[in-house]
Amino acid sequence: MTLLLQFLFSGLTTGSVYALVGIGFNIVYNSTSIINLAQGEFVVIGGLMMWFFLEGMQLPFTVSLSLTLLTAALIGLLMERLTIKPLLKKGDLLLMIMVTIAISILIRGILMFKFGKDPYTYPPFTEGEPINFYGAIITQQTLWVIGITAVCIVLLYLFFNKTMIGRAMKACSLDVRAARLMGINVSNIVMLSFIISAVIGAIGGIAITPISLMEYDKGAMLSVKGFCAAIMGGLGRSRGAVAGGFTLGILESLTAGYIHSGFKDAVALLIMLFILFVRPAGMFGKAEILKLRKF
Amino acid sequence: MTKGNAIAVLILGILIILFPQVTSDNYILTIGIFVGINALVAIGLTILMGYAGQISLGQAGFYGIGAYMSAILSMNFGLPVLFSIIASIIIASLTAVIIAIPSLRLKGHYLAVATLGFGEIIHIILNEWGPGGPSGFGDIPSFNILGYHLSSTVEYFYLIWLCIIFVMIFSLNLIHSMTGKALRAIHDSEIAAVTLGINITKLKIKVFVLSAAYASLAGALYAHYVTFLSPSGFSLFYSVLVLMMVVIGGMTNIWGAIAGALIITILPEVLRGFKEFDILVYGMILTLSLLFMRKGIVPLVVETYKKWTLR
Repeated sequence: MTLLLQFLFSGLTTGSVYALVGIGFNIVYNSTSIINLAQGEFVVIGGLMMWFFLEGMQLPFTVSLSLTLLTAALIGLLMERLTIKPLLKKGDLLLMIMVTIAISILIRGILMFKFGKDPYTYPPFTEGEPINFYGAIITQQTLWVIGITAVCIVLLYLFFNKTMIGRAMKACSLDVRAARLMGINVSNIVMLSFIISAVIGAIGGIAITPISLMEYDKGAMLSVKGFCAAIMGGLGRSRGAVAGGFTLGILESLTAGYIHSGFKDAVALLIMLFILFVRPAGMFGKAEILKLRKF
Repeated sequence: MTKGNAIAVLILGILIILFPQVTSDNYILTIGIFVGINALVAIGLTILMGYAGQISLGQAGFYGIGAYMSAILSMNFGLPVLFSIIASIIIASLTAVIIAIPSLRLKGHYLAVATLGFGEIIHIILNEWGPGGPSGFGDIPSFNILGYHLSSTVEYFYLIWLCIIFVMIFSLNLIHSMTGKALRAIHDSEIAAVTLGINITKLKIKVFVLSAAYASLAGALYAHYVTFLSPSGFSLFYSVLVLMMVVIGGMTNIWGAIAGALIITILPEVLRGFKEFDILVYGMILTLSLLFMRKGIVPLVVETYKKWTLR
């Protein structure tokens, strides 16, 4: 029982990151109908840049945090303006898939050039004794990760429902043409969606690095798992991605704990293939929605 | 096959025969062998992407199945190498059929991620259940036919490129057959193709299986040449490398696969002094070619040549 509880908490922690990556997928997908396969790289950017500012340059925590998020936002912006924007109007899906793969390799290459192949980490956000919860040991950083994810979800909900820009983004995801007729600058919305999804990914990376370390090549697997989380909940539905991310995280940690740690990564892949083959609209999604998509 | 392509195959054949006469440097010939192995995988993906309009990020999986199956069958079951290669191609093709039936109903992104998932699952299986696990295994019998063992690098060079000649002739004929025309119709518009009475699902499955067969042939040849296998060469990164070869060479022309394989295989050798640069350079080349040279090298060269001769 204690062991199960321990696995549940570790699953929730990694699941938080999958949920954040999954939300990032959804935000970009809603504004462009493309899957940004470079999504996972932003988690790595978050972790490694935070290390760079915090440990490498010895800057204070809040300064490092702001600079890291700023870097991620800037990379998201550059990615959209330099590659997505010129190619999106061609309407060639193969091209869009390949360009996000190209960017992910480019980012990985830059990170490897700068940081090498070593894993990096920095101290948890707060010092202090781990909490004993019915026998399961929960570090404070675990609570930070889950808490930060929860805050992100709430903030995003408020942003998409209460602010003018957020509602404009939502309008674009429903019908781009109608949104444009309403005077919404769709090009800016697309740019903003890349920035937001980059920042969300980076937040996940910043929070998880003290627990699971970060290295340059973790991005590809994170992309796959974030995508798995996103389609579990039905692509485009952010609440679905949260449920998907946590479910995936828990299933993974149970597999690693009770079956074999080598098969941990296979869980996400098998779930993903199963959903794609059986119910491409996701566990909660509606099949009709998929038909309305451009791609 | 058109006249131009027939001449091109002939020129390729002459180049292959001459190449080892010009250089007897084993290092260069070895690179030539790897260019050939990669080209085989790339030709399959070119037909799948350029002619059927489908994407696969799982070619490393079929490449891995070909390599591991042929190695295991010849090593542990004592099958002659030629038969183990054929058996591994059949196994990979059957796997491809099983994967293709549900996958090819998917479109675009979903297909990309589904094939990626398949490739990674194969990678995990090789890691966990493959002989020697992550560190791999050796002592795979080298290629032999009717009791004759290939021993020198030159012989392997000829073997690999002979396979390419056959694969090229077969593929070029396929592309210019009715099947090829139907494929191009799918690429341009699936709906239009259906209304013309083309069974698109069946065709897509065929091409997917063909690309898997080429990849597994390449994998098997690799296994019996290197005689040592470990899972690291069969990861997602290899699938992406093949994708790069196809994009850079030009996916609307299967000659592009050979050009792309040549460039991507030689690149790390050129960058040998800067080991930590290679991923960065790969990323830059792929990004820049997608942005500024979308058609790829071979179609561009062909177009320029046509313009130049028409003038």
